[in-house]
Amino acid sequence: MSTETYRSSFTRGSTLWLLQRVTAAFLIVVLAFHFFQLHFVNHAWEIDFAGTQARMSNLLYFTTMWLFLVTATFHGVNGVYNALINQGLSGRPHQVLKWVLIIAGAGLILQGTRVALVMAGIDLP
Amino acid sequence: MSQSYDRGIVEDYGRWREFSPGMWAWVLHKFTGWILIGYLFTHIAVLSTVLDGGATYTETIQGLESLFIVRIMEIGLLAVAVFHILNGVRLLMIDLGIGLDKQAASFYVSLVVTAIIVIASIPTFLGEVGV
Repeated sequence: MSTETYRSSFTRGSTLWLLQRVTAAFLIVVLAFHFFQLHFVNHAWEIDFAGTQARMSNLLYFTTMWLFLVTATFHGVNGVYNALINQGLSGRPHQVLKWVLIIAGAGLILQGTRVALVMAGIDLP
Repeated sequence: MSQSYDRGIVEDYGRWREFSPGMWAWVLHKFTGWILIGYLFTHIAVLSTVLDGGATYTETIQGLESLFIVRIMEIGLLAVAVFHILNGVRLLMIDLGIGLDKQAASFYVSLVVTAIIVIASIPTFLGEVGV
């Protein structure tokens, strides 16, 4: 491995390492809130579109849920990436994995955003 | 001064008989993480029924919630999520250098608190199923 490659990997790894911890701290709070809100405050079997739309029409709630989607996707996809790297994945399979995860993550955020907008009563273009 | 070394393949699960509590915590964190990311994709897929209209969304959610097996899976998901959260807090503390000498004890506390929260939540999660 060249020194240059090592340096760039180290820099990228440090940023991802920090982001994994920052998103973790956010998700601890929001995941607990999400479970509590949709299983204890509102019972899951009573959830209907009207109730969902009422919650998602609140800008603060909508923003929190969208950030939940983005941070959970990053944290989960980056976690899978780290787990597979720890298994010893390298070279071409490593590059393929990286791009599959990036595309899957971006697709999930795009689809989740469309869902969130419709839930808030906003028509998709 | 930082040093680098070749630690080889970290996740050698074949050595499970030698695992310490810290290693079990690490393995369980990975395992619960895999379940949670799998669930996230499934969750967005189910919620995507809203794109076919509010009625389809309501029917899908309430149809799934009427199934006993779905309620059982939700309790499993709660257990997975609570452990991942509690062990995640433990890992953040360790990253910050807090409680380094209590890593094993804090892992056992994570397991016990997870069990208490999940058992206490069962009545809520099984409410009105099949009614």
